[in-house]
Amino acid sequence: MLTQDHILALLQNVKDPEVPVISVLELGVVRHVYVEPDGKAVVTITPTYTGCPAMDVMAADIKKELLDHGVPAVEVKQSLAPAWTTDWITEPGKAKLRAYGIAPPEKTGDIRALKGELPVVPCPQCGSTNTVMLSVFGSTACKALWKCNDCLEPFDQFKCL
Amino acid sequence: MTEQEALFTYLLRLGDDLLILSHRLGEWCGHGPVLEEDIALANRALDHIGEARNIYDHAVKVEGKGRTEDDLAYLRNERQFVNTLLAERPNGDYAHTIVRSFLFDAYHLPLAEALTKSSDEQIAAIAAKAVKEAQYHLKHSSDWLIRFGDGTEESHRRAQQALDEHWTYTGDLFVQDEVHQAMVKASIAPDLNTIKASFDATVDRVMAEATLKRPADGYMMSGGRQGKHSEHLGFLLAEMQYLQRAYPGAQW
Repeated sequence: MLTQDHILALLQNVKDPEVPVISVLELGVVRHVYVEPDGKAVVTITPTYTGCPAMDVMAADIKKELLDHGVPAVEVKQSLAPAWTTDWITEPGKAKLRAYGIAPPEKTGDIRALKGELPVVPCPQCGSTNTVMLSVFGSTACKALWKCNDCLEPFDQFKCL
Repeated sequence: MTEQEALFTYLLRLGDDLLILSHRLGEWCGHGPVLEEDIALANRALDHIGEARNIYDHAVKVEGKGRTEDDLAYLRNERQFVNTLLAERPNGDYAHTIVRSFLFDAYHLPLAEALTKSSDEQIAAIAAKAVKEAQYHLKHSSDWLIRFGDGTEESHRRAQQALDEHWTYTGDLFVQDEVHQAMVKASIAPDLNTIKASFDATVDRVMAEATLKRPADGYMMSGGRQGKHSEHLGFLLAEMQYLQRAYPGAQW
């Protein structure tokens, strides 16, 4: 029978469909993993944004990954409280976002970040801090659109939530 | 009216505001004035519809008659929708769209903040999520309103006109009838006078920065909470519900 650790190792293979370099574990959406005595895995996830269409895909991908690797039954539950925060994105996860070209979120402890008023978001391409926000909403609900004034590349920033 | 019936109606009010407004914002998809705004409105619509889904999902459980969130969205008629009249106002020009969202955001953010303390745990959990998103919504609509108001003569004129036209519909947001009073008594919903105070403060602050004039509180339209709507809602529902009405039970 697969243990909780096995399940967690398998979940590392399940990526965010919108940002396919970061796993559901690194994104911090997996809140709880439990294996019932009969081998059934119960995975609790929490939505990043309430209307995020990727959540349904993530739930389906989690089911598929586990069933494909011998877990006899899988249930994916959704929990709303406590609400997801970008602080739950792991440090390796943030490094992967940056390497993928997405500026990772700042800590929510900086209240300016929550209001989108953070003065400095370094460009993930060239590292310049001479950047400007173009729109508080980017290619997905979780991102804002920025532009680097030095390398002139536009880039997404994972919004602080 | 039992408390359960009042709670169901209250949840419909919360959810209907968000669903109807999200549909209006969705109408801009592919028609936005600039690409960034087209995307921004679609994202806002997604946030609203996500919150509406959570609320409807809770509502059908409270009702306990085996209905689903889709039944509530697609199989009710105008008179069964209890959204505020502001949400169904047509998009108009971009100033009208931004002002409508700004007025709603100035109400929605303090409401969501208050609902995080609701005695109904599910409402509190949904609200805790919504607060974070609503902060971005208010920032987005405020930024644009300030840009319009403090922009060119033409943008100022249009923003003021949109504000004057929508203002009459804001009274509907703060109506405290029997249903609402039952919710306040059960510590499920806040007293709307406290939300109104926060709404007023936000409006005054942004109006000052936008150099726009806050319209006088005169006659206010109302009736949305009782299912009495403007002629616009029927057309909106005809489009939104078309598929389920033409092909009942269709799934994809």
